[in-house]
Amino acid sequence: MSELHDKTLAELSAGLAAREYSSVELTEHYLQRIDDLDGQLNSYVTVTAERALEQAKSADARIASGDAGPLTGIPMAHKDIFCTEGVRTSCGSKMLDNFISPYDATVVTNLGEAGMVMLGKTNMDEFAMGSSNETSYYGAVKNPWNTDCVPGGSSGGSAAAMSARLCAAVTGTDTGGSIRQPAALTGITGLKPTYGRCSRYGMIAFASSLDQAGPMTKTAQDAAMMLAGMAGFDPKDSTSADRPVDDYVAALGQSIAGLKVGVVKEFMENDLDSGIAASTQAVLDQLKKQGAEIVEISLPNAHLSVPAYYVVAPAECSSNLSRFDGVRYGHRCENPKDLEDLYKRSRSEGFGAEVKRRIMIGTYALSAGFYDAYYIKAQKIRELIAEDFQKAFKQCDVIVSPTAPETAFGIGQKTDDPVSMYLQDIYTIAVNLAGLPGMSIPAPLSGGMPVGFQLIGNLFDEARLLNVAHQVQLATDWHKVTPEGF
Amino acid sequence: MAWETVIGLEIHAQLATKSKIFSGSSTAFGAEPNTQANLVDLGMPGVLPVLNKKAVECAVRFGRAIDAHVAERSVFERKNYFYPDLPKGYQISQAELPIVGEGHVEIVLDDGEVKTVGVTRAHLEEDAGKSLHEDFHGATGIDLNRAGTPLLEIVSEPDMRSAKEAVAYAKKIHQIVTYIGICDGNMQEGSFRCDANVSVRPLGQEELGTRAELKNINSFRFLEKAINYEVERQIDLIEDGGRVVQETRLYDANKDETRSMRSKEEANDYRYFPDPDLLPVVIDQAFMDAVAADMPELPDVRRARFQEQYGLSAVDANILTSTRATADYFETVGERSGDAKIAANWVMGELAGALNKEGLEIEQSPVDGEAMAGLLARIKDNTISGKIAKQVFEAMWAGEGSADEVIEAKGLKQITDTGAIEAMVDEVIAANPQQVENYKNADPEKQPKMIGFFVGQIMKKSQGKANPGQVNQLLRKRLS
Repeated sequence: MSELHDKTLAELSAGLAAREYSSVELTEHYLQRIDDLDGQLNSYVTVTAERALEQAKSADARIASGDAGPLTGIPMAHKDIFCTEGVRTSCGSKMLDNFISPYDATVVTNLGEAGMVMLGKTNMDEFAMGSSNETSYYGAVKNPWNTDCVPGGSSGGSAAAMSARLCAAVTGTDTGGSIRQPAALTGITGLKPTYGRCSRYGMIAFASSLDQAGPMTKTAQDAAMMLAGMAGFDPKDSTSADRPVDDYVAALGQSIAGLKVGVVKEFMENDLDSGIAASTQAVLDQLKKQGAEIVEISLPNAHLSVPAYYVVAPAECSSNLSRFDGVRYGHRCENPKDLEDLYKRSRSEGFGAEVKRRIMIGTYALSAGFYDAYYIKAQKIRELIAEDFQKAFKQCDVIVSPTAPETAFGIGQKTDDPVSMYLQDIYTIAVNLAGLPGMSIPAPLSGGMPVGFQLIGNLFDEARLLNVAHQVQLATDWHKVTPEGF
Repeated sequence: MAWETVIGLEIHAQLATKSKIFSGSSTAFGAEPNTQANLVDLGMPGVLPVLNKKAVECAVRFGRAIDAHVAERSVFERKNYFYPDLPKGYQISQAELPIVGEGHVEIVLDDGEVKTVGVTRAHLEEDAGKSLHEDFHGATGIDLNRAGTPLLEIVSEPDMRSAKEAVAYAKKIHQIVTYIGICDGNMQEGSFRCDANVSVRPLGQEELGTRAELKNINSFRFLEKAINYEVERQIDLIEDGGRVVQETRLYDANKDETRSMRSKEEANDYRYFPDPDLLPVVIDQAFMDAVAADMPELPDVRRARFQEQYGLSAVDANILTSTRATADYFETVGERSGDAKIAANWVMGELAGALNKEGLEIEQSPVDGEAMAGLLARIKDNTISGKIAKQVFEAMWAGEGSADEVIEAKGLKQITDTGAIEAMVDEVIAANPQQVENYKNADPEKQPKMIGFFVGQIMKKSQGKANPGQVNQLLRKRLS
């Protein structure tokens, strides 16, 4: 019998229902693991042990009264970008180090109502800006596969915690690859849903037109269960999709024979790392083996996605982060001599270097005389990329590619080279620009380190993505390998 | 040199919605600071705006009222700048694609001429909070109750040529927004605010002069004064060899002057871009139709109808349609009393005088339309005379009851019994033989005037209650 922390959500759900263990026992088990192991990883910024045990008790009562759902009593964690009432919500920044949120994000409410137990809040790149989780005010997160390496970012704490099984499931957010790239680098399953599928209310905004919440889990089946709990229309978010949520779990049983899988030509060319190429090919071979048809598709404008993203995302962030001004909450400098001093010092002290860099880029891109050349042009590129995908989906059902260009890199290796850091998201960003759902599932290891395989679906096609991933996972063990020592 | 003044106005009308434009907080005026500011209004991390449909409806109503094109698709943008009473560090407004496009209104000038003033656009936006500098020693208090209150910013063409025209235009817009019920029009509370763009140019010159934007004007009177001051300042400046600079100037009502607030060089680059938290506002035909079906009669239309239907003069019709409440009041009185002429005279005369004296608006009148109609009905059916009616009105104003109750309580019912009046006529004739003698010997042309003495005596005797027509008739008979 596998250990408690190796169980999938479906197994835990069944175990709780059969009273093999209580939610309190399960929660204590995870809290103990965090206590024992997180010192090596720094994946949590806040552990809410007391609250977790209280929630576990309520969950046990719900289970006892027959009022439990599939997620009731299961311990999870939230990326610290989600507002959680009464709990510090830092967004990985000194700016919000003292911020106790007065309310819950909708995703937090939804999973809370489903009966999940929150163990704590996970580390992240400051304001979700980064691909290595090195920009956090709370220090870098380490990759459980090699603690000298980064776990990816910005949901690096979530990825590391999941990979080390310091929670049964975890939330992340993805603006340009922040769920998928860390999932790839830590060997877990991560899903970025269609833009608007999960509410953004209470999720601290980085780039509003791109941000999307999603689950990070052991398996595709777990992701399906989590997404079912998270997704849904929210009247508090005007950009959330007012359409019913598919039954993701029920859709998992379908054969993929005859499925048309489009491989992105441009992503497999040139200087793709040979190890990544081999792992990607292994998954493609597996898909073929299960009856899928592999076709080559082209995204001719995909090479423009990183530059377009680094206009749109900073532009939106420069405005979104204006509210952190030291006036109502968050960091305020000591003894401001006047209003301008209050603004300047509070923001200079509260924000880290990468955040400042992006605010500067975005402010520049939106300023008079540059707006058309940058922001408007980037929006046009976005439309072209979305059209590329729509054309491609005429030839295939799902699109696939590597998730990230390489396996986890060393801590500090790219911190002085923002552009090489930005290129971490070269395969994921186009998906955000087009608002599509994207997923990363573990491929065979390369050099002993995890590799992610990206699946991209058409709008609101999460059920299909999850099923394809699940079918692969039923036939393979790539998602079952875990880092040594955790 | 002869100068021409060019004025354009930017009017901010606070929309009369119950809740804010992007949150569910109340918009009521005068609450304790920060008690009407929720998470969204406070700009908490992670919160999102949700558009209040009522605000959109208000804007569409206005668009229809000024015969403007209402955009099928308009877009909210962020206007980015830092200020402590602007919680998010940006104001949600509309820039490129406003909800209301070009329209126009007609104003009546002093000489009776009608002038058309163009409205460039009107767009929806949220208001900021308030910074409170008093009561905080060395610090500033922030009240965010007003933050997020819906505003319609109405931008005119630079079509006005004098302060008087500007005031007439502002009053016209005020009349329209209050008529169609989208704004309470209260200038003291800031529900209706005017900024004026003022420039001067040599008469005959095509090119516009450099303009100054005047802010902080909270009454029509101050609007006129501020513009007049500014025009004079600019002309003096140019004639003295100076140059007008483009700037924002604050009007100080106490000193009756404008002073520089910030120049164009110091102006912010607002870095407008579409707000990614909000979808474009799409208005379909069904929504337009629903608003159209619900539009009240507009002031100009109502004025024309009053002239036509009630035979009122243009001047009277204008006065009686000046506000929707006045027009409603008049129509109630006219319909219930069955005499529009008397109704018009009383609303513009006795009632207007009483309201004016106490500084009340017609909707605050202690005598409502129904009550007024009840009074006028008693004049029409000869129960009381017009003169007694004024006495009854005063009592009604003082809260002594309906016209009938006052007439009854004070015994003011007109005496129409011929026998009773004859008796009084006889008494007066008997008591004043000398006057009777004089009357009889007088030139017949002077007699009508002289009869007034006897009428006066009789009215005095009857305490004003004798029917004046009957008194006259009987007197003439007796004295002839």
